[in-house]
Amino acid sequence: MIPTGDRTDVDTVQLLTPSGERLDHPDYSPRIAHLGPDALRGLYRDMVLVRRFDNEATSLQRQGELALWAQCLGQEAAQVGSGRALAPHDYAFPSYREHGVAHTRGIDPTDILRLFRGVDHGGGWDPTERGFHLYTLVIAAHTLHATGYAMGLQRDGLVGTGDPERDSAVITYFGDGATSQGDLNESLVFAAVNNAPLVLFCQNNQWAISEPTTRQSRVPLVKRGEGFGIPSVRVDGNDVLATYAVTAEALDRARSGGGPTFIEAFTYRMGAHTTSDDPTRYRSSAEEEYWRQRDPIERLRRLLVADGELPDTFVAELEAEAEARGEQLRTAVRAMQAPAAAQMFDHVYASPHAVVESERAWFTEYEASFLDAGATDGGTHR
Amino acid sequence: MTGVERMTFGKAINAGLRRCLEQDPKVLLMGEDIGTLGGVFRVTESLQKDFGADRVIDTPLAESGIVGTAIGLALRGYRPVLEIQFDGFIFPAFNQITTQLAKMSYRSRGSLHLPVVIRVPYGGGIGAVEHHSESPEVLFAHTPGLRVIAPASPNDAFVMIQQAVASPDPVMFFEPKARYWDKGDVDLSVTITATDATDAGEAGDPAASTSGTPVAMDRARVARPGTDLTIAAYGATVAMALRAAEAAAAEGISVEVVDLRSISPLDAATLVTSVRKTRRCVVVHEAPVFYGTGGEIAARITEECFYELEAPVLRVGGFHTPYPVNKVEQAYLPNLDRILDAITRSLAY
Ligand SMILES: Cc1ncc(C[n+]2csc(CCOP(=O)(O)OP(=O)(O)O)c2C)c(N)n1
Ligand SMILES: [Mg+2]
Repeated sequence: MIPTGDRTDVDTVQLLTPSGERLDHPDYSPRIAHLGPDALRGLYRDMVLVRRFDNEATSLQRQGELALWAQCLGQEAAQVGSGRALAPHDYAFPSYREHGVAHTRGIDPTDILRLFRGVDHGGGWDPTERGFHLYTLVIAAHTLHATGYAMGLQRDGLVGTGDPERDSAVITYFGDGATSQGDLNESLVFAAVNNAPLVLFCQNNQWAISEPTTRQSRVPLVKRGEGFGIPSVRVDGNDVLATYAVTAEALDRARSGGGPTFIEAFTYRMGAHTTSDDPTRYRSSAEEEYWRQRDPIERLRRLLVADGELPDTFVAELEAEAEARGEQLRTAVRAMQAPAAAQMFDHVYASPHAVVESERAWFTEYEASFLDAGATDGGTHR
Repeated sequence: MTGVERMTFGKAINAGLRRCLEQDPKVLLMGEDIGTLGGVFRVTESLQKDFGADRVIDTPLAESGIVGTAIGLALRGYRPVLEIQFDGFIFPAFNQITTQLAKMSYRSRGSLHLPVVIRVPYGGGIGAVEHHSESPEVLFAHTPGLRVIAPASPNDAFVMIQQAVASPDPVMFFEPKARYWDKGDVDLSVTITATDATDAGEAGDPAASTSGTPVAMDRARVARPGTDLTIAAYGATVAMALRAAEAAAAEGISVEVVDLRSISPLDAATLVTSVRKTRRCVVVHEAPVFYGTGGEIAARITEECFYELEAPVLRVGGFHTPYPVNKVEQAYLPNLDRILDAITRSLAY
């Protein structure tokens, strides 16, 4: 069965087959030549931990601890591979499903859940320190911010100096559905004409909620970039080695002053769109099964096993680590308190604003009146 | 379908849309995930199955594209009914709505009409993440050329969606999403088609009536009669206003609730009649109070009822902050206590 939106006439970079066999690619194999067994186990560990986190978050949502959860299940290779290709001083602009990239940027997973629990609109991490921007829920809006940020790096002389400590790039993540938005198309225009040091990383997970990629495009999405004069490549998004390799190449081009690259990572949203969604209403179990056979974690496991590089002790330790992290996460999320209501008036502006201040004062007094009333007549209105 | 049936607010809109699709082959539904899925709130459930994918259209993920192409389709005589998935996602289409949709009649000196309806699930209280709980109606009410309405009951939802589709003008149709699961009696015998629309653009009887002829979509309705104070509400806050009136009644205060139904135009006459009688008014909406609907209403009432008023018009609504995180949204939204507090303050004058 050919997956939705697939086209056999499009070159797709693959370095690891679903059965775990390596493939050679003249351009991209050299990009992963330095990844020895330790590094491969590292990528495996990343993906296992990300999946465990994702599943924990799904259960927390089911238990009513989170308002919503957007799973990255099935997209671990696309996210970990590209995320690990970033240098610490590169900057990433995620959408809302990039938990795997967040992991590679050292974001505390608990912080990600702050947004989904409804105690924070951002996260709790410092975007500048982590090189990882806040999540953006409005489809494609952040791709323009990424473009502008990249233009800023360029202006600041942080591109094309030849100094690897200095040269920097920006990567932005978005979905197949997002490619229809004006903002994304304007990003392609601005990135192209400015030769911005930007990697536009599209995770084509085949679905935009209930709409297949064929509702967004008549051509493979990788062709979108080409039309704007941006070098474009389609990669097997379930192949962590290939996503690493193509992203590394694109980032190098960006850092050296070669301009933007569009990457289509061909992958699959194995879970629901979010915990509010019911995919049985619009897609077949046969399709889901097709993709289960192409699980991104399983293929790297097969490679490591075949190479004799996945000792039982490593697997056991990883399982214990995942379990411990899960436990920590559950405890931390349950302990996450709602902010004081009056905090909603904080940071609306960077400097005092008379309307906000008078409303804050009114609200504080109003809330206090209930406390007073409660103390005297025992009445509770809230 | 005829007779009265008890159904949810969401199902009532579905029934109204179905009626429109049946009555007029030019009616098209367009939006994200409205076909196979039936919309994220299932408001368009089964409509694609029953009317085909060429009339109930899953569009690409692009709101500006949805509204912009609907304008072109309307120029060809179609009546597109658009769904914006959530209030916070209307902004990519803001340019098309305000600079194009709203102005075509005016610019063409009345020779071009754009009977486009934009359905927007709006308002908070459902524990959602950001951009899913906002009340942006005033941005559209402030735009000449758009009619802006918000039903508050299943029956009004059924009738008003038909009136909106029948209107020769563009209509912003704000659906209080927290009310989608409320049940009420719906008179399914009401069918409104574009030919019922008067020159003024309203279908139905302009005078509020109970005669079986539906009230025009731009008329307010007295949802509960009273004598001591008027609450003006619409869409999401009418149910809360009625609860407040109930609570006030227990304290011996008789509150009249006016369900505005239309934000643009504003049925000032119905409101003024009410306030001349009660002499006090509290306006309740979820949108921020600062430069909000309540400000316009307060000014109107002050102009028309200055000598009858016993107290300034008070406003209860959202604050001048972005819609907050859902763990504190109940403190942001007008609730029973805040409405009762405003009633107490008004009566204290
Ligand atoms: C401007 C805008 N319109 C609509 C939505 C509602 N929405 C949230 S996710 C989504 C589908 C996104 O699909 P895709 O870009 O493929 O990303 P994926 O969720 O598959 O990762 C939609 C329509 C939104 N968040 N923003
Ligand atoms: Mg997608």
